[in-house]
Amino acid sequence: MPPPRDELLIPTDHGLWCAAGGFHIDPWKPVDRAVVTHAHSDHAVAGCGSYLCSPETAELLKAKFGPQTPVQPLQYSTPLAIGGVSLSLHPAGHILGSAQIRLQPTGAAAHAHGHAVWVVSGDYMARQGGGRGGGVGCAGASDEHAQTCRAFEPLRCEVFITESTFGLPIYRWRSHDEVMRDVNRWWTTNRAEGITSLLFGWALGKSQRILASLDDSIGPIAVHGALERFNEVYTRLGAKLPSILRSTSEQAKSLRGSGIVLAPPSADRSPWMRRFGDVSTAYATGWMQIRGTRRRRSAQRGFPLSDHSDWEGLLWAIEQTGASRVGVTHGYTEPLARWLREKGLESWIIPTRWEGEIAETGQGSSSAGEESPVAAGTERAADNGHEGSA
Amino acid sequence: MLRFARLYDELDQTTRTSEKLAGLQSYFREAPPEDAAWGLYFLSGGRHKRAVSATVLRDSAAEASGYPAWLLGECYSAVGDFSETIALLLPEPSGTITPRPLHEVVEKWIQPLQKARDVEKRRMLPDIWSQLDSRQRFVFHKLISGTFRVGAARGLVVRALAAVAAEGGRTGGAVEIDAATMEHRVMGNWEPTAAGFLGLLQGRAVAEEGSGLYPFCLANQLNGPPETLGNVADYLIEHKWDGIRAQLIRRPSAEILVWSRGEELVTDRFPEAAAAGAMLESGTVLDGEILIWEDTSRVGQAADTGSPRPFAELQTRINRKPVPGTPSRKKNNGQLGLFGASDLAAPSAAATPIPFPGRGLVFMAYDVIEHAGGDVRPLPMSRRRELLEEIVRGAAARAAGSTWLPLRISPLVHVNTWGDAAAIRERSRESGVEGLMLKPRASVYGVGRARGSKDAGGGGWWKWKIDPYSVDAVLMYAQPGTGKRAGIYSDQTFGVWDESAPGARELVPFAKAYSGLTDEELREVDAYVRRNTLEKSGPVRMVKPELVFEIAFEGIQVSTRHRSGIAVRFPRIKAWRRDKKARDADTLETVRALLHASLARSSGVFRTAETGTGTEGHTP
Repeated sequence: MPPPRDELLIPTDHGLWCAAGGFHIDPWKPVDRAVVTHAHSDHAVAGCGSYLCSPETAELLKAKFGPQTPVQPLQYSTPLAIGGVSLSLHPAGHILGSAQIRLQPTGAAAHAHGHAVWVVSGDYMARQGGGRGGGVGCAGASDEHAQTCRAFEPLRCEVFITESTFGLPIYRWRSHDEVMRDVNRWWTTNRAEGITSLLFGWALGKSQRILASLDDSIGPIAVHGALERFNEVYTRLGAKLPSILRSTSEQAKSLRGSGIVLAPPSADRSPWMRRFGDVSTAYATGWMQIRGTRRRRSAQRGFPLSDHSDWEGLLWAIEQTGASRVGVTHGYTEPLARWLREKGLESWIIPTRWEGEIAETGQGSSSAGEESPVAAGTERAADNGHEGSA
Repeated sequence: MLRFARLYDELDQTTRTSEKLAGLQSYFREAPPEDAAWGLYFLSGGRHKRAVSATVLRDSAAEASGYPAWLLGECYSAVGDFSETIALLLPEPSGTITPRPLHEVVEKWIQPLQKARDVEKRRMLPDIWSQLDSRQRFVFHKLISGTFRVGAARGLVVRALAAVAAEGGRTGGAVEIDAATMEHRVMGNWEPTAAGFLGLLQGRAVAEEGSGLYPFCLANQLNGPPETLGNVADYLIEHKWDGIRAQLIRRPSAEILVWSRGEELVTDRFPEAAAAGAMLESGTVLDGEILIWEDTSRVGQAADTGSPRPFAELQTRINRKPVPGTPSRKKNNGQLGLFGASDLAAPSAAATPIPFPGRGLVFMAYDVIEHAGGDVRPLPMSRRRELLEEIVRGAAARAAGSTWLPLRISPLVHVNTWGDAAAIRERSRESGVEGLMLKPRASVYGVGRARGSKDAGGGGWWKWKIDPYSVDAVLMYAQPGTGKRAGIYSDQTFGVWDESAPGARELVPFAKAYSGLTDEELREVDAYVRRNTLEKSGPVRMVKPELVFEIAFEGIQVSTRHRSGIAVRFPRIKAWRRDKKARDADTLETVRALLHASLARSSGVFRTAETGTGTEGHTP
């Protein structure tokens, strides 16, 4: 049941379009004016005329696309009038700078579209009892120092556009602290056996969240080159990361047998790995909840650690909005939309580039769908955007 | 149960044999013997009668979790494993749970569940779930649904057990037991009790020992021209049978055993082969192939007439349920037909012997490994062949008067030149065989795929197979795979063009393939499927018919179950034909022509009088 065409936001082959404000939200092809929820590649594409986003996202975009990137930073919770809408950004708890976009039609636009408030969630990590106090914090960390971004803040609205990456009830996260205890324990065991620990996770967001929770008394910590520019931004903006070595051949000597190295999945089974001698490999992603995904990657361990909401988190966030209409995108759209409809809400599916017929058929690892848990190690997947390799 | 579940995780999480072995050893060393007994029972492939049907399990889980059946179905598609899906969906138990030892789980829960009526099962399950955490539930579901499989080959389990026996810590005395003997013990009759388990680790009288099994001699694939192998006269040439490789063993104690190539004891599944064993003298081991044979002419008179039936007929026997009451050792490779995915269900098993007159199961012997209790592997092939002919003659004489002779000898193919051999190989398909076997006359019976040196033993066996059939077909449907490929659109259906209706050209599904792509290609196809879905029906997506693949397969048959009217055997993707457009794919007519060629093959190919040049039988 797609909404009628005179809605505030409509899906186009470039992404969600807001005619009243004259901008696209998270377009997947270059456009004049983009409003961007966060800096992952599947939400921020290079080559747009301008990027309106949070100040943190602006820094990350400059790190990715170059210092000349035309960014327009906007603080959280600060309304900005653009054409016929009032727009504001609010923390989404996904990665540094991630934002939900709140839109309220004004003037003539309110006349045309009604006064309904729309919220586009982007990717978000929400959990009941969330916020900083509830043992969750940003991206699940309870320790203030381990927090690498602002926690999700629920917003009231009439229309909510939600992601559904992990929109099935089989996804139920253990707490960040619990999983990180397992990570640290795994590293300790490897160290005792004289094996280097290699942990694969997305270069932007996931890796910094892990770094902030590693126990640096166990051994030296290093990162793959692909992570460095993002670590730099995180540290500059106040994240408390441990002291980190570069994973160059020279440094590898001091890491071998005792260290932990974080790297993007594309580094798995690459020649780069050889410098660390005998290694134990692991993946940190929500897909690791499923045994089949763990086995497919042939990694020795899998840590189910996600920056997205699990099933309960999605349902809780949706309930908090009080929205009567929910557009579902990006993931297990159909089951979630159907579930919401059966609960009496109006719910429909919003196509994304990552699935459906509107997609171009560009193939291969550069564009593999975020929705897919295929992921299998060497390219971007599902959990978060892929952020280049060394 | 916690210890067993942990072991399962360990075996599941590592790909290193050494780690698996270590995990198994510490389990057998440390688990209380009454639990280790059941652990070993399950690990070695022993199965219970299925305690809970898929339907009852699904409905109970839907009720306990509060999720509707359609959502369970969606979850199953993503997970690809029913036991795991349910384990993930059920609410975590509240409060602390008392650990349950494995033997209690079996005796207090699983066995009563087996006997209970469905309504009782539905009552029992929620109570059991409340006492298990998610990890234990997963293994529990595997056990009660008869789908327990473990990431360790039985050989590894046996090695671990032998190692624990050699330590002696459990029984107060170290005993050296070789792997084959331990395998034989484990596969034999023992009670899954503490005493039964400890008995496996102890020394025994020599007379009861010995599995009789020898390592199979394997053949190398011949890819180049046969001339590279030297003089044709130096080789014994046979047909390459398309059956189940096996050793037929009459032990010195007169016990009869049939071991398959997978080192699986299959005596109970092929009683005819066992009957062939009864015709042998004690202390004999033959190597050969289990086949379904058709011989309508002179039933029981000669060993060398008739022709093999397609492997598909044998397949119904592989999947056959064992005789009720006997514990099954067969690994379950069938998938559960859940949530409407009925086409995934295991084929129905034919529980009765094949009823056609003049058609039955035979053991087609082609080598002798042990004779009169002695190892004859060091003898040259030509000498072993003479011995084999003598043995089979003797067996036939002993069986005189019976209506069906389940023991046959693989006839030799006599040729003068490699060219003659090539001509016969070309006709393999008509004969229902897979090509030729080339065995150096001077060769010993080697171990494994060893090539051997030409000086010592004359080299190893060669298989000279015919090329598989192949057809270019278009990707039409895809659905997520299971297990390792859960969530990936790896189960693909391919179609060919049906041009039978005048003026119309329509794709009809013709084969399903699950393998043949590299991981990289699989990811590409998966991405294509996601972006080019025309229609969804449950887990199945109909895709834009654009991608062309070369599909190879081994056999072809008439089918009433498929719209194309054709069923193919062992279809797999041979190549992704990126150079071809959908319109360039093959037609149904082309495929039907292959079928007709296959059906046209005459029966009695191996009858001396009718085979023409070359193929010649031996009359005992």
